[in-house]
Amino acid sequence: MPVEIDIARVARLARIALTDEELEHYGAQLTGILEHASTVQGLPTEGVEPTAHPLGMVNGWRDDEPGATLDRDEVLAAAPDHEDGYFRVPPFLDE
Amino acid sequence: MTDPADLTIADAGARLRAGELTAVDLLDAVRRRASMTEAILHAYLTIDHAGASEAAAEADAALARGEDRGPLHGIPVALKDNMVTRGVETTASSRILAGWVPPYDATVVQRLRAAGAVIYGKTNLDEFAMGSSTENSAYGTSRNPWDPDRVPGGSSGGSAAAVAVGSAFGALGSDTGGSIRQPAALCGVVGMKPTYGLVSRYGLIAFASSLDQIGPLGRTVEDAAMLFEAITGYDPFDATSSPGPVPAVRASLDGGVDGLRIGVLSELASEGVEPSVAAAFHDTLDRLGAAGATIEEVSLPTTKHALSAYYLIAPAECSANLARFDGVRYGPRIDGPNVEQMMAATRRDGFGPEVTRRILLGTYALSAGYYDAFYGQAQRVRTLVVREFAAAYERFDALVTPTSPTTAFPVGARADDPLAMYLSDVCTIPSNLSGDPAISVPVGLDESGLPIGFQVLGPALGDDTVFRVARTVESLVGFAARPALATSEGAV
Repeated sequence: MPVEIDIARVARLARIALTDEELEHYGAQLTGILEHASTVQGLPTEGVEPTAHPLGMVNGWRDDEPGATLDRDEVLAAAPDHEDGYFRVPPFLDE
Repeated sequence: MTDPADLTIADAGARLRAGELTAVDLLDAVRRRASMTEAILHAYLTIDHAGASEAAAEADAALARGEDRGPLHGIPVALKDNMVTRGVETTASSRILAGWVPPYDATVVQRLRAAGAVIYGKTNLDEFAMGSSTENSAYGTSRNPWDPDRVPGGSSGGSAAAVAVGSAFGALGSDTGGSIRQPAALCGVVGMKPTYGLVSRYGLIAFASSLDQIGPLGRTVEDAAMLFEAITGYDPFDATSSPGPVPAVRASLDGGVDGLRIGVLSELASEGVEPSVAAAFHDTLDRLGAAGATIEEVSLPTTKHALSAYYLIAPAECSANLARFDGVRYGPRIDGPNVEQMMAATRRDGFGPEVTRRILLGTYALSAGYYDAFYGQAQRVRTLVVREFAAAYERFDALVTPTSPTTAFPVGARADDPLAMYLSDVCTIPSNLSGDPAISVPVGLDESGLPIGFQVLGPALGDDTVFRVARTVESLVGFAARPALATSEGAV
Protein backbone atom coordinates (compact mmCIF):
# COMPACT_ATOMS: atom_id res chain seq x y z
CA MET A 1 0.00 0.00 0.00
CA PRO A 2 1.52 3.39 -0.96
CA VAL A 3 2.19 5.70 1.97
CA GLU A 4 2.31 9.51 1.81
CA ILE A 5 4.45 11.20 4.45
CA ASP A 6 4.94 14.92 5.04
CA ILE A 7 8.27 14.23 6.70
CA ALA A 8 9.05 17.88 7.48
CA ARG A 9 5.80 18.16 9.44
CA VAL A 10 6.55 14.92 11.28
CA ALA A 11 10.03 16.15 12.25
CA ARG A 12 8.56 19.41 13.52
CA LEU A 13 5.97 17.55 15.61
CA ALA A 14 8.77 15.37 17.00
CA ARG A 15 10.88 18.45 17.82
CA ILE A 16 13.90 17.22 15.89
CA ALA A 17 15.70 19.78 13.69
CA LEU A 18 16.74 17.86 10.58
CA THR A 19 18.48 19.10 7.44
CA ASP A 20 16.78 18.74 4.04
CA GLU A 21 19.10 15.87 3.23
CA GLU A 22 18.23 14.07 6.46
CA LEU A 23 14.54 14.65 5.88
CA GLU A 24 14.79 13.00 2.48
CA HIS A 25 16.77 10.08 3.90
CA TYR A 26 14.38 9.39 6.79
CA GLY A 27 11.35 10.02 4.61
CA ALA A 28 12.41 7.28 2.21
CA GLN A 29 13.16 4.83 5.03
CA LEU A 30 9.87 5.53 6.78
CA THR A 31 7.95 5.00 3.58
CA GLY A 32 9.56 1.57 3.16
CA ILE A 33 8.91 0.52 6.77
CA LEU A 34 5.33 1.81 6.73
CA GLU A 35 4.53 0.05 3.46
CA HIS A 36 5.66 -3.16 5.14
CA ALA A 37 3.84 -2.39 8.39
CA SER A 38 0.64 -1.36 6.64
CA THR A 39 -0.15 -5.03 6.01
CA VAL A 40 -1.94 -4.76 9.37
CA GLN A 41 -4.51 -2.54 7.66
CA GLY A 42 -5.79 -5.47 5.64
CA LEU A 43 -6.59 -7.64 8.65
CA PRO A 44 -10.22 -8.02 9.71
CA THR A 45 -10.54 -6.40 13.13
CA GLU A 46 -14.13 -5.18 13.15
CA GLY A 47 -15.46 -5.28 16.69
CA VAL A 48 -12.02 -6.12 18.11
CA GLU A 49 -11.00 -3.99 21.09
CA PRO A 50 -7.45 -2.61 21.01
CA THR A 51 -4.99 -3.96 23.58
CA ALA A 52 -3.12 -1.25 25.45
CA HIS A 53 -1.83 -3.47 28.23
CA PRO A 54 -1.12 -7.14 27.67
CA LEU A 55 -2.55 -8.38 30.95
CA GLY A 56 -5.58 -6.10 31.12
CA MET A 57 -4.73 -4.78 34.56
CA VAL A 58 -6.60 -1.93 36.21
CA ASN A 59 -4.95 1.21 37.48
CA GLY A 60 -3.14 1.00 40.80
CA TRP A 61 -4.00 3.68 43.33
CA ARG A 62 -2.20 4.71 46.47
CA ASP A 63 -3.34 6.83 49.36
CA ASP A 64 -2.89 10.55 48.75
CA GLU A 65 -0.22 11.02 51.37
CA PRO A 66 3.05 12.88 50.87
CA GLY A 67 6.11 10.64 50.88
CA ALA A 68 9.82 10.92 50.24
CA THR A 69 10.79 12.65 47.00
CA LEU A 70 14.06 13.19 45.18
CA ASP A 71 16.31 15.87 46.61
CA ARG A 72 15.77 19.12 44.69
CA ASP A 73 19.39 20.24 44.67
CA GLU A 74 20.52 16.83 43.49
CA VAL A 75 18.01 16.84 40.65
CA LEU A 76 18.83 20.40 39.61
CA ALA A 77 22.53 19.58 39.63
CA ALA A 78 21.93 17.28 36.64
CA ALA A 79 20.14 19.97 34.61
CA PRO A 80 21.92 21.99 31.93
CA ASP A 81 20.73 25.25 33.49
CA HIS A 82 18.84 26.23 36.64
CA GLU A 83 18.13 29.30 38.74
CA ASP A 84 16.50 29.88 42.13
CA GLY A 85 15.43 26.25 42.46
CA TYR A 86 13.87 26.06 38.98
CA PHE A 87 14.92 24.66 35.62
CA ARG A 88 15.89 27.55 33.35
CA VAL A 89 15.02 27.51 29.63
CA PRO A 90 15.19 30.02 26.76
CA PRO A 91 12.08 32.16 26.07
CA PHE A 92 8.98 30.35 24.88
CA LEU A 93 8.03 33.16 22.49
CA ASP A 94 10.18 35.07 20.05
CA GLU A 95 10.39 38.78 20.77
CA MET B 1 41.87 -25.03 39.70
CA THR B 2 39.09 -23.50 37.65
CA ASP B 3 39.25 -19.74 37.28
CA PRO B 4 36.45 -18.52 39.59
CA ALA B 5 35.15 -16.38 36.69
CA ASP B 6 34.06 -19.60 34.98
CA LEU B 7 31.91 -20.81 37.87
CA THR B 8 28.14 -20.66 37.79
CA ILE B 9 26.41 -18.47 40.34
CA ALA B 10 25.30 -21.65 42.11
CA ASP B 11 28.87 -23.02 42.31
CA ALA B 12 30.41 -19.70 43.28
CA GLY B 13 27.83 -19.35 46.07
CA ALA B 14 28.61 -22.84 47.36
CA ARG B 15 32.35 -22.10 47.48
CA LEU B 16 31.70 -18.78 49.15
CA ARG B 17 29.73 -20.48 51.91
CA ALA B 18 32.33 -23.25 52.24
CA GLY B 19 34.98 -20.57 52.86
CA GLU B 20 36.97 -21.55 49.75
CA LEU B 21 36.45 -18.18 48.09
CA THR B 22 35.47 -14.70 49.21
CA ALA B 23 33.28 -12.14 47.46
CA VAL B 24 36.45 -10.10 46.95
CA ASP B 25 38.00 -13.13 45.15
CA LEU B 26 34.96 -13.35 42.88
CA LEU B 27 35.17 -9.66 42.08
CA ASP B 28 38.91 -9.98 41.36
CA ALA B 29 38.19 -12.87 39.00
CA VAL B 30 35.63 -10.80 37.09
CA ARG B 31 38.09 -7.88 36.94
CA ARG B 32 40.84 -10.09 35.53
CA ARG B 33 38.46 -11.44 32.93
CA ALA B 34 37.29 -7.96 31.96
CA SER B 35 40.87 -6.73 31.66
CA MET B 36 41.56 -9.62 29.22
CA THR B 37 38.48 -9.13 27.09
CA GLU B 38 37.15 -5.59 27.26
CA ALA B 39 39.55 -4.08 24.73
CA ILE B 40 37.97 -6.33 22.11
CA LEU B 41 34.42 -6.92 23.36
CA HIS B 42 33.48 -3.52 24.80
CA ALA B 43 30.71 -5.15 26.81
CA TYR B 44 30.79 -2.39 29.43
CA LEU B 45 30.14 1.32 29.25
CA THR B 46 31.01 1.98 32.90
CA ILE B 47 32.73 -0.15 35.53
CA ASP B 48 32.05 0.91 39.11
CA HIS B 49 35.35 -0.12 40.69
CA ALA B 50 34.88 1.72 43.97
CA GLY B 51 31.24 0.73 44.47
CA ALA B 52 31.91 -2.90 43.58
CA SER B 53 34.92 -3.14 45.91
CA GLU B 54 32.93 -1.72 48.76
CA ALA B 55 29.97 -4.02 48.11
CA ALA B 56 32.21 -7.12 47.90
CA ALA B 57 33.99 -6.26 51.17
CA GLU B 58 30.61 -5.66 52.77
CA ALA B 59 29.30 -8.99 51.47
CA ASP B 60 32.28 -10.78 53.03
CA ALA B 61 31.82 -8.95 56.32
CA ALA B 62 28.12 -9.80 56.37
CA LEU B 63 28.81 -13.48 55.75
CA ALA B 64 31.40 -13.47 58.53
CA ARG B 65 28.67 -12.12 60.83
CA GLY B 66 26.47 -15.02 59.79
CA GLU B 67 24.27 -12.82 57.63
CA ASP B 68 23.44 -14.64 54.38
CA ARG B 69 21.22 -12.69 51.98
CA GLY B 70 20.59 -15.59 49.63
CA PRO B 71 21.90 -17.10 46.40
CA LEU B 72 23.27 -13.83 44.97
CA HIS B 73 25.18 -12.89 48.12
CA GLY B 74 28.65 -11.72 47.06
CA ILE B 75 28.08 -12.43 43.35
CA PRO B 76 29.31 -9.80 40.84
CA VAL B 77 26.61 -8.96 38.30
CA ALA B 78 26.18 -6.44 35.49
CA LEU B 79 23.31 -4.14 34.58
CA LYS B 80 22.26 -2.95 31.17
CA ASP B 81 22.89 0.78 31.17
CA ASN B 82 19.22 1.68 30.81
CA MET B 83 18.61 0.86 34.48
CA VAL B 84 19.38 3.84 36.65
CA THR B 85 22.01 3.55 39.36
CA ARG B 86 22.41 6.13 42.07
CA GLY B 87 25.79 7.83 41.79
CA VAL B 88 26.88 5.90 38.68
CA GLU B 89 26.60 7.42 35.21
CA THR B 90 23.65 6.04 33.23
CA THR B 91 23.35 6.94 29.54
CA ALA B 92 21.27 4.22 27.83
CA SER B 93 24.06 4.47 25.21
CA SER B 94 22.78 7.87 24.11
CA ARG B 95 24.65 11.14 23.73
CA ILE B 96 21.53 12.89 25.03
CA LEU B 97 22.25 11.46 28.51
CA ALA B 98 26.05 11.83 28.39
CA GLY B 99 27.36 12.43 31.89
CA TRP B 100 24.01 11.95 33.65
CA VAL B 101 24.40 10.60 37.18
CA PRO B 102 20.99 9.49 38.49
CA PRO B 103 19.89 10.57 41.97
CA TYR B 104 18.15 7.23 42.66
CA ASP B 105 18.33 3.46 42.09
CA ALA B 106 15.90 1.52 39.91
CA THR B 107 13.81 -0.97 41.90
CA VAL B 108 15.71 -3.91 40.37
CA VAL B 109 18.97 -2.32 41.50
CA GLN B 110 17.65 -1.91 45.05
CA ARG B 111 16.56 -5.54 45.01
CA LEU B 112 19.90 -6.83 43.75
CA ARG B 113 21.70 -4.85 46.43
CA ALA B 114 19.31 -6.17 49.09
CA ALA B 115 20.03 -9.70 47.83
CA GLY B 116 23.74 -9.10 48.45
CA ALA B 117 24.76 -8.95 44.78
CA VAL B 118 27.84 -6.90 43.86
CA ILE B 119 27.06 -4.53 40.99
CA TYR B 120 30.20 -4.51 38.88
CA GLY B 121 29.22 -2.25 36.00
CA LYS B 122 26.84 -0.97 33.36
CA THR B 123 26.73 -2.75 30.03
CA ASN B 124 26.50 -1.48 26.49
CA LEU B 125 23.24 -1.55 24.52
CA ASP B 126 21.65 -0.18 21.40
CA GLU B 127 20.73 3.44 22.14
CA PHE B 128 17.61 3.43 24.35
CA ALA B 129 17.41 -0.34 23.69
CA MET B 130 16.42 0.23 20.05
CA GLY B 131 18.19 -2.35 17.94
CA SER B 132 19.16 -5.97 17.52
CA SER B 133 22.94 -5.75 17.29
CA THR B 134 24.33 -3.21 19.82
CA GLU B 135 25.67 -1.31 16.81
CA ASN B 136 23.38 1.61 17.61
CA SER B 137 25.31 2.57 20.76
CA ALA B 138 26.64 6.13 20.75
CA TYR B 139 29.73 4.81 22.54
CA GLY B 140 30.82 2.10 20.09
CA THR B 141 29.52 -1.37 19.29
CA SER B 142 30.06 -4.43 21.44
CA ARG B 143 31.47 -7.58 19.87
CA ASN B 144 30.44 -11.21 20.00
CA PRO B 145 32.81 -13.23 22.21
CA TRP B 146 32.54 -16.23 19.86
CA ASP B 147 33.73 -14.15 16.90
CA PRO B 148 34.61 -10.49 17.40
CA ASP B 149 33.82 -9.74 13.75
CA ARG B 150 30.19 -10.45 14.56
CA VAL B 151 27.55 -8.65 16.58
CA PRO B 152 26.54 -9.90 20.05
CA GLY B 153 22.89 -9.26 19.20
CA GLY B 154 20.86 -6.62 20.88
CA SER B 155 19.79 -4.59 22.42
CA SER B 156 21.20 -6.22 25.59
CA GLY B 157 24.38 -7.17 23.68
CA GLY B 158 26.79 -5.95 26.36
CA SER B 159 25.04 -7.94 29.09
CA ALA B 160 25.02 -11.12 26.97
CA ALA B 161 28.69 -10.74 25.99
CA ALA B 162 29.78 -10.09 29.59
CA VAL B 163 27.96 -13.18 30.87
CA ALA B 164 29.27 -15.36 28.02
CA VAL B 165 32.86 -14.35 28.60
CA GLY B 166 32.83 -14.32 32.40
CA SER B 167 33.25 -10.61 33.05
CA ALA B 168 30.00 -10.94 35.05
CA PHE B 169 28.41 -14.00 36.66
CA GLY B 170 24.99 -12.86 35.54
CA ALA B 171 23.33 -9.74 34.24
CA LEU B 172 20.05 -7.96 33.76
CA GLY B 173 18.77 -6.92 30.37
CA SER B 174 15.53 -5.43 29.12
CA ASP B 175 13.33 -7.00 26.47
CA THR B 176 10.90 -4.96 24.36
CA GLY B 177 10.92 -7.14 21.24
CA GLY B 178 13.47 -9.80 22.13
CA SER B 179 16.32 -7.71 23.47
CA ILE B 180 17.22 -10.22 26.20
CA ARG B 181 16.54 -13.46 24.33
CA GLN B 182 18.09 -12.69 20.94
CA PRO B 183 21.52 -11.58 22.30
CA ALA B 184 21.43 -14.51 24.75
CA ALA B 185 20.96 -16.83 21.75
CA LEU B 186 23.71 -15.15 19.72
CA CYS B 187 26.17 -15.26 22.66
CA GLY B 188 25.37 -18.79 23.89
CA VAL B 189 23.84 -17.93 27.27
CA VAL B 190 20.39 -18.18 28.87
CA GLY B 191 18.14 -15.11 28.66
CA MET B 192 14.62 -14.80 30.03
CA LYS B 193 11.76 -12.31 29.67
CA PRO B 194 9.40 -12.67 32.63
CA THR B 195 5.63 -12.20 32.39
CA TYR B 196 4.91 -8.49 31.89
CA GLY B 197 4.36 -6.89 35.28
CA LEU B 198 6.36 -9.36 37.38
CA VAL B 199 9.44 -7.13 37.41
CA SER B 200 9.14 -3.46 38.31
CA ARG B 201 10.09 -1.06 35.55
CA TYR B 202 10.63 1.81 38.00
CA GLY B 203 14.02 3.25 37.08
CA LEU B 204 14.16 1.49 33.71
CA ILE B 205 14.60 4.20 31.07
CA ALA B 206 11.42 3.55 29.10
CA PHE B 207 11.38 2.59 25.42
CA ALA B 208 7.86 1.19 24.81
CA SER B 209 6.11 0.92 28.13
CA SER B 210 3.47 -1.69 27.30
CA LEU B 211 6.17 -4.03 25.93
CA ASP B 212 9.30 -3.38 28.07
CA GLN B 213 10.26 -5.97 30.65
CA ILE B 214 13.47 -6.40 32.65
CA GLY B 215 14.83 -9.93 32.91
CA PRO B 216 17.90 -12.03 33.72
CA LEU B 217 20.80 -13.42 31.69
CA GLY B 218 22.88 -16.27 33.11
CA ARG B 219 25.21 -19.03 32.00
CA THR B 220 22.74 -21.66 33.18
CA VAL B 221 18.98 -21.84 33.57
CA GLU B 222 19.41 -22.17 37.33
CA ASP B 223 21.51 -18.99 37.47
CA ALA B 224 18.86 -17.12 35.49
CA ALA B 225 16.21 -18.46 37.88
CA MET B 226 18.14 -17.12 40.89
CA LEU B 227 18.29 -13.67 39.34
CA PHE B 228 14.61 -13.89 38.42
CA GLU B 229 13.62 -14.63 42.01
CA ALA B 230 15.70 -11.73 43.31
CA ILE B 231 14.11 -9.09 41.06
CA THR B 232 10.46 -10.13 40.77
CA GLY B 233 7.58 -9.02 42.97
CA TYR B 234 5.10 -6.18 43.40
CA ASP B 235 6.39 -2.62 43.47
CA PRO B 236 4.04 0.27 44.32
CA PHE B 237 6.35 2.59 42.34
CA ASP B 238 5.30 0.90 39.06
CA ALA B 239 1.59 1.20 38.26
CA THR B 240 1.87 -1.78 35.86
CA SER B 241 3.44 -4.00 38.52
CA SER B 242 1.53 -7.23 39.09
CA PRO B 243 0.16 -7.50 42.64
CA GLY B 244 -0.29 -11.30 42.61
CA PRO B 245 2.10 -14.01 43.68
CA VAL B 246 5.26 -14.68 41.65
CA PRO B 247 5.70 -18.23 40.30
CA ALA B 248 8.28 -20.18 42.32
CA VAL B 249 10.57 -20.99 39.42
CA ARG B 250 13.52 -22.59 41.20
CA ALA B 251 11.39 -25.07 43.09
CA SER B 252 10.01 -26.54 39.86
CA LEU B 253 13.19 -26.44 37.75
CA ASP B 254 13.83 -30.16 37.77
CA GLY B 255 10.25 -31.28 37.13
CA GLY B 256 11.10 -32.53 33.64
CA VAL B 257 8.77 -32.56 30.63
CA ASP B 258 7.12 -35.96 30.96
CA GLY B 259 3.46 -35.49 30.08
CA LEU B 260 3.85 -31.86 28.98
CA ARG B 261 2.21 -30.81 25.72
CA ILE B 262 4.58 -28.69 23.65
CA GLY B 263 3.47 -26.84 20.51
CA VAL B 264 5.85 -25.97 17.67
CA LEU B 265 4.87 -22.58 16.23
CA SER B 266 4.81 -23.43 12.56
CA GLU B 267 4.84 -19.82 11.29
CA LEU B 268 8.03 -19.04 13.19
CA ALA B 269 9.88 -22.34 13.05
CA SER B 270 10.33 -22.63 9.29
CA GLU B 271 10.47 -19.57 7.04
CA GLY B 272 13.85 -17.84 6.86
CA VAL B 273 15.45 -20.14 9.44
CA GLU B 274 19.06 -21.06 8.61
CA PRO B 275 19.60 -24.82 8.08
CA SER B 276 21.98 -25.16 11.04
CA VAL B 277 19.49 -23.41 13.33
CA ALA B 278 16.65 -25.59 12.03
CA ALA B 279 18.73 -28.75 12.54
CA ALA B 280 19.58 -27.90 16.16
CA PHE B 281 15.94 -26.93 16.77
CA HIS B 282 14.57 -30.22 15.44
CA ASP B 283 17.20 -32.25 17.26
CA THR B 284 16.09 -30.58 20.50
CA LEU B 285 12.45 -31.35 19.71
CA ASP B 286 13.35 -35.02 19.25
CA ARG B 287 15.04 -35.07 22.64
CA LEU B 288 12.06 -33.43 24.34
CA GLY B 289 9.80 -36.02 22.69
CA ALA B 290 12.02 -38.85 23.90
CA ALA B 291 11.88 -37.36 27.41
CA GLY B 292 8.10 -37.76 27.45
CA ALA B 293 6.73 -34.50 26.04
CA THR B 294 4.02 -34.56 23.38
CA ILE B 295 5.24 -32.50 20.43
CA GLU B 296 2.75 -31.14 17.92
CA GLU B 297 2.73 -28.37 15.31
CA VAL B 298 0.43 -25.44 15.94
CA SER B 299 -0.44 -22.61 13.58
CA LEU B 300 -1.03 -19.09 14.93
CA PRO B 301 -1.66 -17.18 11.69
CA THR B 302 -1.66 -13.68 13.24
CA THR B 303 1.92 -14.08 14.49
CA LYS B 304 2.95 -13.40 10.87
CA HIS B 305 1.63 -9.87 11.36
CA ALA B 306 3.07 -9.41 14.85
CA LEU B 307 6.22 -7.81 13.45
CA SER B 308 4.20 -5.20 11.53
CA ALA B 309 2.04 -4.41 14.56
CA TYR B 310 5.16 -4.16 16.72
CA TYR B 311 6.85 -1.69 14.38
CA LEU B 312 3.87 0.62 14.78
CA ILE B 313 3.22 0.15 18.52
CA ALA B 314 6.83 0.30 19.75
CA PRO B 315 7.79 3.48 17.86
CA ALA B 316 4.51 5.14 18.87
CA GLU B 317 5.23 4.52 22.54
CA CYS B 318 8.89 5.44 22.06
CA SER B 319 8.00 8.79 20.51
CA ALA B 320 5.94 9.61 23.59
CA ASN B 321 8.47 8.29 26.13
CA LEU B 322 11.45 10.01 24.53
CA ALA B 323 9.71 13.39 24.53
CA ARG B 324 11.22 13.83 28.01
CA PHE B 325 14.70 14.19 26.51
CA ASP B 326 14.47 17.84 25.64
CA GLY B 327 17.51 19.54 27.14
CA VAL B 328 15.61 20.86 30.15
CA ARG B 329 16.13 18.50 33.09
CA TYR B 330 19.19 16.36 32.32
CA GLY B 331 21.87 15.77 29.75
CA PRO B 332 23.54 18.27 27.47
CA ARG B 333 21.71 21.18 25.80
CA ILE B 334 22.24 22.84 22.44
CA ASP B 335 21.26 26.48 22.85
CA GLY B 336 18.66 28.14 20.66
CA PRO B 337 16.83 31.46 20.46
CA ASN B 338 13.60 30.01 21.87
CA VAL B 339 12.64 26.89 23.74
CA GLU B 340 11.33 25.03 20.70
CA GLN B 341 14.52 25.55 18.72
CA MET B 342 16.63 24.65 21.76
CA MET B 343 14.74 21.38 22.11
CA ALA B 344 14.83 20.56 18.40
CA ALA B 345 18.58 21.24 18.20
CA THR B 346 19.29 19.28 21.39
CA ARG B 347 17.29 16.31 20.17
CA ARG B 348 18.83 16.41 16.70
CA ASP B 349 22.30 16.38 18.22
CA GLY B 350 21.53 13.93 21.02
CA PHE B 351 19.72 11.08 19.25
CA GLY B 352 21.39 8.63 16.89
CA PRO B 353 19.87 7.57 13.55
CA GLU B 354 17.88 4.54 14.76
CA VAL B 355 16.28 6.46 17.62
CA THR B 356 15.52 9.38 15.31
CA ARG B 357 13.95 7.00 12.79
CA ARG B 358 11.71 5.40 15.40
CA ILE B 359 10.64 8.69 16.96
CA LEU B 360 9.67 9.94 13.49
CA LEU B 361 7.86 6.68 12.71
CA GLY B 362 5.96 6.83 15.99
CA THR B 363 5.15 10.51 15.67
CA TYR B 364 3.70 9.82 12.23
CA ALA B 365 1.72 6.78 13.42
CA LEU B 366 0.19 8.84 16.23
CA SER B 367 -0.48 12.00 14.23
CA ALA B 368 -3.94 13.24 13.30
CA GLY B 369 -5.42 11.40 10.36
CA TYR B 370 -3.18 8.34 10.74
CA TYR B 371 -3.71 7.37 14.36
CA ASP B 372 -6.54 4.93 13.76
CA ALA B 373 -5.23 3.44 10.52
CA PHE B 374 -1.81 2.67 11.99
CA TYR B 375 -1.65 2.74 15.78
CA GLY B 376 -5.28 1.85 16.52
CA GLN B 377 -5.26 -0.96 13.99
CA ALA B 378 -1.93 -2.28 15.33
CA GLN B 379 -3.40 -2.42 18.85
CA ARG B 380 -6.40 -4.34 17.52
CA VAL B 381 -4.09 -6.78 15.74
CA ARG B 382 -2.30 -7.11 19.06
CA THR B 383 -5.59 -8.26 20.56
CA LEU B 384 -5.79 -10.95 17.90
CA VAL B 385 -2.26 -12.10 18.77
CA VAL B 386 -3.16 -12.20 22.49
CA ARG B 387 -6.28 -14.25 21.73
CA GLU B 388 -4.45 -16.71 19.50
CA PHE B 389 -1.83 -17.32 22.17
CA ALA B 390 -4.48 -17.74 24.87
CA ALA B 391 -6.29 -20.30 22.71
CA ALA B 392 -3.03 -22.16 22.06
CA TYR B 393 -2.31 -22.34 25.79
CA GLU B 394 -5.59 -24.17 26.28
CA ARG B 395 -4.08 -27.01 24.27
CA PHE B 396 -0.39 -26.65 25.10
CA ASP B 397 1.69 -26.14 28.24
CA ALA B 398 4.43 -24.39 26.27
CA LEU B 399 5.25 -23.30 22.73
CA VAL B 400 8.67 -23.41 21.11
CA THR B 401 10.55 -21.74 18.24
CA PRO B 402 14.15 -21.00 17.36
CA THR B 403 15.08 -17.81 19.25
CA SER B 404 16.63 -16.16 16.21
CA PRO B 405 16.32 -17.36 12.61
CA THR B 406 20.09 -16.91 12.18
CA THR B 407 23.24 -17.07 14.25
CA ALA B 408 25.29 -13.92 14.90
CA PHE B 409 25.70 -11.82 11.77
CA PRO B 410 28.79 -9.78 10.84
CA VAL B 411 29.18 -6.27 12.23
CA GLY B 412 27.77 -3.86 9.65
CA ALA B 413 25.86 -6.51 7.67
CA ARG B 414 22.38 -5.17 8.42
CA ALA B 415 23.26 -1.69 9.58
CA ASP B 416 21.97 0.08 6.46
CA ASP B 417 18.82 -1.95 6.06
CA PRO B 418 16.38 -1.29 8.92
CA LEU B 419 13.84 -3.80 7.63
CA ALA B 420 16.38 -6.65 7.51
CA MET B 421 17.47 -5.74 11.03
CA TYR B 422 13.86 -5.70 12.25
CA LEU B 423 13.39 -9.23 10.89
CA SER B 424 16.02 -10.41 13.42
CA ASP B 425 13.27 -10.29 16.03
CA VAL B 426 10.49 -12.09 14.20
CA CYS B 427 10.45 -15.04 16.65
CA THR B 428 10.72 -13.03 19.84
CA ILE B 429 8.29 -10.15 19.21
CA PRO B 430 4.98 -12.05 19.53
CA SER B 431 5.43 -12.73 23.26
CA ASN B 432 6.12 -9.05 23.91
CA LEU B 433 2.78 -8.24 22.33
CA SER B 434 1.07 -10.92 24.42
CA GLY B 435 3.02 -10.10 27.60
CA ASP B 436 3.77 -13.77 28.18
CA PRO B 437 7.05 -15.16 29.54
CA ALA B 438 9.73 -16.57 27.24
CA ILE B 439 13.28 -17.88 27.55
CA SER B 440 16.18 -18.66 25.26
CA VAL B 441 18.53 -21.54 26.05
CA PRO B 442 21.62 -22.48 24.00
CA VAL B 443 21.37 -25.80 22.13
CA GLY B 444 24.44 -25.99 19.93
CA LEU B 445 26.87 -24.33 17.56
CA ASP B 446 26.60 -23.87 13.81
CA GLU B 447 29.33 -24.86 11.32
CA SER B 448 31.18 -21.58 12.08
CA GLY B 449 31.14 -22.26 15.81
CA LEU B 450 28.42 -19.71 16.58
CA PRO B 451 25.76 -20.42 19.23
CA ILE B 452 22.16 -21.36 18.44
CA GLY B 453 19.25 -20.55 20.77
CA PHE B 454 16.06 -22.49 21.47
CA GLN B 455 13.07 -20.45 22.65
CA VAL B 456 10.37 -21.64 25.05
CA LEU B 457 7.18 -19.57 25.42
CA GLY B 458 4.57 -20.02 28.12
CA PRO B 459 1.26 -18.54 29.22
CA ALA B 460 1.06 -15.46 31.45
CA LEU B 461 2.42 -16.33 34.92
CA GLY B 462 3.67 -19.65 33.50
CA ASP B 463 7.25 -18.52 34.16
CA ASP B 464 7.84 -21.70 36.14
CA THR B 465 6.89 -23.80 33.11
CA VAL B 466 9.23 -21.98 30.72
CA PHE B 467 12.10 -22.30 33.21
CA ARG B 468 11.33 -25.96 33.71
CA VAL B 469 11.23 -26.77 29.99
CA ALA B 470 14.42 -24.74 29.46
CA ARG B 471 16.16 -26.60 32.31
CA THR B 472 15.15 -29.89 30.71
CA VAL B 473 16.46 -28.77 27.32
CA GLU B 474 19.72 -27.70 28.98
CA SER B 475 20.20 -31.10 30.60
CA LEU B 476 19.14 -33.06 27.50
CA VAL B 477 21.41 -31.12 25.14
CA GLY B 478 24.31 -30.63 27.53
CA PHE B 479 25.56 -27.45 25.87
CA ALA B 480 28.76 -26.61 27.75
CA ALA B 481 30.90 -24.81 25.17
CA ARG B 482 32.39 -21.45 26.11
CA PRO B 483 33.94 -18.88 23.80
CA ALA B 484 37.68 -19.38 23.33
CA LEU B 485 38.34 -15.70 23.97
CA ALA B 486 37.44 -16.22 27.61
CA THR B 487 39.51 -19.22 28.45
CA SER B 488 42.55 -19.63 26.23
CA GLU B 489 45.70 -17.88 27.39
CA GLY B 490 46.99 -15.46 24.85
CA ALA B 491 43.78 -15.36 22.86
CA VAL B 492 43.54 -11.66 23.53
